[in-house]
Amino acid sequence: MEILAFLIPVTLFIGGVGLAAFVWALKSHQFEDPKGDANRILTEDWDHKPKP
Amino acid sequence: MSVAGRIASEQAYGDGHVPVSACPACGVAPSAERLAELSVPVSARLMLSIPAAHCAACISTVEGGLAAMPGVHSARVNLTLRRVSVEADPEITADDVKAALLGLGYEAHELDPGLLSATETDRQGRELLMRLGVAGFAMMNVMLLSVAVWSGAADATRDMFHFISAAIALPTVAFAGQPFFKNAWLSLKARHLGMDVPISLAIILASSISLYETFHSGEHAYFDAALMLTFFLLAGRYLDHRTRAVARSAAEELAALEVPRATVLRGGVEVVVVITELAVAELVRVRPGGRMPVDGVVVEGSSEIDRALLTGESLPDFAGPGSVVSAGEVNLTGPLLVRVTAAGKDSSLHRMADLVGIAESAKTRYTSLAERAARLYSPSVHILSFGAFAAWMWITGGDVRYAINISAAVLIITCPCALGLAVPAVVTAASGRLFRKGLLIKHGTALERLAEVDCVVFDKTGTLTMGTPEAVDLAAHSPTDLALAAALAAASSHPLARALAAATAAAGVRPALVEGLREVPGYGVEGQWHGQSVRLGRAAWCGAAGLAVTATYLRLGPNPPQAFAFADQLRPGAETAVTALAAQGKRILLVSGDTEAAVAAMADRLGIAEWSAGVLPADKAARVATLTAAGHKVLMVGDGLNDTAALAAAHVSISPASALDAARVAADIVLLGHDMAPISDAMRISRQSTRRIKENFAISALYNVVAVPLALAGFATPLAAALAMSASSITVSLNALRLR
Repeated sequence: MEILAFLIPVTLFIGGVGLAAFVWALKSHQFEDPKGDANRILTEDWDHKPKP
Repeated sequence: MSVAGRIASEQAYGDGHVPVSACPACGVAPSAERLAELSVPVSARLMLSIPAAHCAACISTVEGGLAAMPGVHSARVNLTLRRVSVEADPEITADDVKAALLGLGYEAHELDPGLLSATETDRQGRELLMRLGVAGFAMMNVMLLSVAVWSGAADATRDMFHFISAAIALPTVAFAGQPFFKNAWLSLKARHLGMDVPISLAIILASSISLYETFHSGEHAYFDAALMLTFFLLAGRYLDHRTRAVARSAAEELAALEVPRATVLRGGVEVVVVITELAVAELVRVRPGGRMPVDGVVVEGSSEIDRALLTGESLPDFAGPGSVVSAGEVNLTGPLLVRVTAAGKDSSLHRMADLVGIAESAKTRYTSLAERAARLYSPSVHILSFGAFAAWMWITGGDVRYAINISAAVLIITCPCALGLAVPAVVTAASGRLFRKGLLIKHGTALERLAEVDCVVFDKTGTLTMGTPEAVDLAAHSPTDLALAAALAAASSHPLARALAAATAAAGVRPALVEGLREVPGYGVEGQWHGQSVRLGRAAWCGAAGLAVTATYLRLGPNPPQAFAFADQLRPGAETAVTALAAQGKRILLVSGDTEAAVAAMADRLGIAEWSAGVLPADKAARVATLTAAGHKVLMVGDGLNDTAALAAAHVSISPASALDAARVAADIVLLGHDMAPISDAMRISRQSTRRIKENFAISALYNVVAVPLALAGFATPLAAALAMSASSITVSLNALRLR
């Protein structure tokens, strides 16, 4: 059962990283246009070179 | 005023043919107009709505097309809100971008970026999403720990897991549950038992009893249930918020963005002022193409005025010195000088708005399905929970800890997920579907009300028709007449002339070479052709007897005048919509303020049996009220100011985006595109969504019937609570998504 002393903090830390990533995504306006983002991946406009 | 029209009138002045209406100030009119344009603050950031955009190809076309436009730095489409924001040089105006978008095949409306960057709703949405994310994170972690407890962790391990759960759950509940706590507090202060009271009670009771159990090494802790409840209900709140935010942002865009202004003559100088600053007896100049800002009497100039939005009449009226004009009418051909008789609050435009206010206050408040369910649900949950507490206190002989455990379990199991999650899910799915079809649901309960409709009242001008005339009998005229008509029509910006010019151009007619073209405002256009005078315009001016239908007349020298007849252009999809509604067994009425001949022709064309013509605005509203009193649920479809009171009086109302803003404000649903066909789809979808909502209530009632007795009897473990709650939430959400 000693393994729990490692596993629980590790689990919580990994979960916390996920939460931090979510907060970052939210702060950087990545949820403003979910439909547009879903569609943008289908366009071929900048497939060959990055958008300037 | 179109460019063609402006050039035409400038030429007229240049030729020395001074029109009847000439006044010293007219010559400076165009430059004053330009000044007014320049004084409007220009922003480098433009925002336009593009209701037709819907796919990946649309994004590429719009962004690519606008980026190729000179002066535009960048363009970005937001597909969710159907907007494009453009960074451009200050000299690029919204009209330029609009024209470019129209060239790409997208109809666009300008938005006021200042108004829209008021990010109150955005901030609220982000806040809700943040709470949802935090609740989701905490729920998953606590659930992991709970699984260990359920599968048999005991003694110190179980206590430790409970403590960790508490450490995660309590701050989360305190943060993520705030919207519920706030609303519950507000409704308690108002002495009203809303949905949020049992929700908050369940969350707080579950958390505190679990904390107590944890400290006393108890077996059951409901941290996972409290978090799950918070998470699912926040998801419902967020869906609800997003639906309303999309509707609100689109409605904001439709709201009147221009501050109504008027050009007033003060001490011989033209000044542009806000309408509210106008006083009675001041002189106001109204240019061709402009809307009357006030009620008044014409003192100088002659023109034709379009009263369609006010009265529904499709035929323009003559206006000369002494004519009475009302605010909202459109001046068509010549500049007018108007003496103000009533401005602002006293104008007829404003009186009409008052009529709307009366109709709206008379409209009984509609209680939505969710509200009706909540009214039933809220008290019964409290009674059940307190009943369980009292009964177990009595059975166990005063074991408070056990009794509170049971009542918390009852509160959790009767989770109002069907109410809090299923209704928003259905409404979101339905409004999303309708938005894609070009219908904007402005009001939360509009869908439910639309489902009950059994009678549809249409307005004619501007609603079933586009409000723009179309020439119908070109084939009946000689090529010479057509060539002359084409030449004369091209010189005017009058709607009939424009329609005639467009029709002759489409028919491949080459305009004749007519010299000395000049527009006589209020009458028509005249010129010289092979030494003969030729006129195109009003019947009396051309010496013709007026026909019953909308027409313009052509006279060449002494020859008898020829009539060019026009019909109002039918709105695309109008026929489909009317046929489909008739097929659904709805009673259809056509109520218009236009002349009998025009309304009869339209009713015949669309196969509408019940119609009435020449109806006054107040009578329209009365007509709707009579139908309502007779037990009908009326859907009113209209666009004009004369329809506004009727729109407000009807059970539910739809108006096209081209409508006057007063009408759009009064309507529950706005048709974003030109096409009218989506109306019948909307009826179908609304009925389906109401059925889904009811099904969801039935499903959750079924869950409660099974689970509540278990909870009351004291068999509900945290595992059972978690299973019941997630199963019912997931079923209702899936059912909501079945909407086609």
